[in-house]
Amino acid sequence: MSLPLYALQQLINALSVGSLYALMAAGLAMVFGILGLINFAHGDMMMIAAYIAAFSLIAGIPLPIALVLMVVGTIIVAVLMERIAYRPLRTAPAVATLLTSFAVGQILQNGALLTSRFAQQPLQIAFPPIDFLRGVVLAGALTIPKVNLVSLGLGLVLLLLLTLFVTRTTLGLSMRAAAEDIQAAQLMGIDTNRVIVTAFVIGAILASAAGLLYAVQAGTVNPDMGFSPVLKAFIAAVIGGFGSIAGAVVGGYALGLLEVLLVAIPGLGDILPAATTSPEVITFFKTYLPSTLTSYRDAFVFAALILLLLVRPGGILGTVDNDNTR
Amino acid sequence: MNTKMQRNGFLVVLGATLILLVGLSSSGSSFWQGIFINLGMYIILVVALNLSNGFTGVFSLGHIGFMALGAYISAILTLPLDKKASYLPDLPGWLAPVHLDMMIGPFPLGFLLATLIAGVLVTLIAVVVGLVLMRLSGHFVAVATLGFLVIVRVVLINADEFTRGSHTFSNVTAYTDLWWVYAWVFIALIAVWRLKFSSYGRAMFAQRDDGIAAQSVGIVIMRPRLLAFAVSAFFTAVAGALWAHYLTSFSPKAFYFDLTFRVITMLVVGGMGSVTGSVVGPAVITAIAEALRRLEDVTLLYGVSQIVLAVLFIVIIVFRPGGLMGEREINFAGLWQRLRFRASVAQEGSAAEP
Amino acid sequence: MLQIDHIDVYYGKIQTLKDVSLRVDDGELVTLIGSNGAGKSTTLRTISGLLRPKQGSITYNGQRIDHLKPHEVVRLGVVHCPEGRRLFGHLSVGENLRLGAVTQTDSAEIERTRGEVYELFPKLKERNNQLAATLSGGEQQMLAIGRALMSRPKLLLLDEPSLGLAPLLVEALFAIIRQIKARGVTILLVEQNAWLALEVADRGYVMETGKIILADSAAALRTNPQVEEAYLGGGA
Repeated sequence: MSLPLYALQQLINALSVGSLYALMAAGLAMVFGILGLINFAHGDMMMIAAYIAAFSLIAGIPLPIALVLMVVGTIIVAVLMERIAYRPLRTAPAVATLLTSFAVGQILQNGALLTSRFAQQPLQIAFPPIDFLRGVVLAGALTIPKVNLVSLGLGLVLLLLLTLFVTRTTLGLSMRAAAEDIQAAQLMGIDTNRVIVTAFVIGAILASAAGLLYAVQAGTVNPDMGFSPVLKAFIAAVIGGFGSIAGAVVGGYALGLLEVLLVAIPGLGDILPAATTSPEVITFFKTYLPSTLTSYRDAFVFAALILLLLVRPGGILGTVDNDNTR
Repeated sequence: MNTKMQRNGFLVVLGATLILLVGLSSSGSSFWQGIFINLGMYIILVVALNLSNGFTGVFSLGHIGFMALGAYISAILTLPLDKKASYLPDLPGWLAPVHLDMMIGPFPLGFLLATLIAGVLVTLIAVVVGLVLMRLSGHFVAVATLGFLVIVRVVLINADEFTRGSHTFSNVTAYTDLWWVYAWVFIALIAVWRLKFSSYGRAMFAQRDDGIAAQSVGIVIMRPRLLAFAVSAFFTAVAGALWAHYLTSFSPKAFYFDLTFRVITMLVVGGMGSVTGSVVGPAVITAIAEALRRLEDVTLLYGVSQIVLAVLFIVIIVFRPGGLMGEREINFAGLWQRLRFRASVAQEGSAAEP
Repeated sequence: MLQIDHIDVYYGKIQTLKDVSLRVDDGELVTLIGSNGAGKSTTLRTISGLLRPKQGSITYNGQRIDHLKPHEVVRLGVVHCPEGRRLFGHLSVGENLRLGAVTQTDSAEIERTRGEVYELFPKLKERNNQLAATLSGGEQQMLAIGRALMSRPKLLLLDEPSLGLAPLLVEALFAIIRQIKARGVTILLVEQNAWLALEVADRGYVMETGKIILADSAAALRTNPQVEEAYLGGGA
């Protein structure tokens, strides 16, 4: 494969992974912006969505209905978790709410586990194939899995809709206002409970899209499938300056790019044309950036996160006031 | 007078614990011994975590990473030479001939050395990591330490030559018994108790309660935080070593989020800031979890116990955020007085009876 | 119109208002003066529902409002323009105004109100698309008041509007407060600048350490030696 093609292929990979992260990060940032809550159960909303979709499809429910069930079910879960677990803790210290979100996650994960048992399904369920997401698209010398293209497209469409919502509608503006100063928002006559529920609902919609795409890509669903994505989404949100929705989206794509680079650059040693590249360069890639480094990808990403939190707690974009990031 | 009563009360509790342990170890019931060994290891983990999370308020979610390192380091060190050659053939030359499996009579000196070496190495790691992490505050520190947990896991899975990667690490000698565990429980509890009531301990609580100071992390903040983090990492690593030589086989999977959450539940239920709570929390949760486990075995509803524990956790956080003990401690002097009072009542009662 | 009867308010365990009673009649401009920490802002925050009284009652047009949530109080026409402006800095001037009208449903009516606000503060129209955080101090105060007016308040609670403004701007501000009153809006004004406040007000209350210590017409308060001594700097 030639270098430009390789780069293009990797770029599409990066944007498709980035879309998933951006969808998750936007929901996480929305809730954090308003409540100061890092909702780790956000990853489990994604998991729940994937389970609902998987069970519906296994039960033979047609795809469109299954998708509706997925979104509605995830919304119900999100609203219940806000009402039961988080609302009583509005004034509690941040760490208490963070821990509560872990507890909520445990409940959802074990709930999924129990449901699988009742449905006589294994711990890890094979996700039923969805026809239009199968196979690859051939464009010239490029082979792109369809699901990557759909991830990219769906991610962009949903994020565009989200942008329109928060800039054009009164409810969206209210949400941004509440994120900035929740008391001032109340004094405007904004019902902040309604705004908070809205943030959870939108988060649930975005997370269910992410859950579906993730499950299709992975081919399976299991109860702790949300753990890694929510951590990644958190990193994305931190990159973008926590609490800013736009920042979280940018952060999501940036993280996708970073991750793919960590895989793609070591891979360069194999694809650089030996005839035109000096052997020193190839040796460099093969000895100093061997492909084994790739398996340390998550370690690098998280080390970068810790450094980032330390150096720029306001995010790389730094659009958020310090009092919002505390 | 008061300190004397305190000492007497303490001795009563210590004596009762010793009698319990002697009874347990002579009863030969492996079921109850197992439960108490687990409980002891949890107590060490929780009291260590309390030192960092409760006393300094720097909420770490990464401690189980220290535990994993303690488990792997000590297990590699105690692995007998013959097993090492076949089991971990790719160990680097300097490590391959090390085998801390020597005994002095019935006493496994090598295990003690391995535990201490693991503890010290992990403490050093904690100091380095802490120099970075302890600068953060609030929930950012929680997430950053969670990042540390992920990093440890990735390293353990990828450092095949040391850890066999994601495969099970087994063939560890089962040195850990009731007495080993409770000796360390005793040391950990005494150490953390003394720290709490020392000037270091006061500095830890002071920086925690002074929100403004905590935001501009200076040396006054940094030193107590680092001290707590390092000591806490030491005991967590010790618990890891005990764990490894009790279970004798484990994989990186064992040291991840489920265990983290279990230990945090015990900490919060017991009470952050209370050494007594670090015993009460693990005891209560172990009892509930054990009862629920039976229920699961009967009903086959695996997962119910986790759900119940998580709900309990949320209920505690909402209605009793300080946990069962808050920051209070057991009142040894009061205990002694009550016992004496009861003894005198019993005496009078028995005197009046005939 | 507004009647506060014997309220006690606590911040945690500390009592900040002790047995406070006051009354604002339809069309009046009443001012609440006193030194820093006397409980003036707390009084407004209690009226608008941000704080709950432990004792006593607040009634508005005969309806108890002391159990209502802040957004429900706004819906009744009682609007609190808080101390320190509290604008949404990342939103534009236009968006801030739109949020001010969040309780209004009739979009034609909203546009008419927006026109009135622009008429009162022409600067805001010029800067409609600018982020609120980039406005000058005076413009920010204009926006804060304009935003409050967008909900068509019947009773406007103004908290320290002159804080941090240059003297010239303060004069202009008080002229605008007079205009707002002339349009039929009842106003409860909290001010540290007692002299100016008593000039525009019909009546006044003086607060000290959580209690109302004096209540009289503005004219009488201006000449009250006690007030003069404590708040007017000996007649200024």
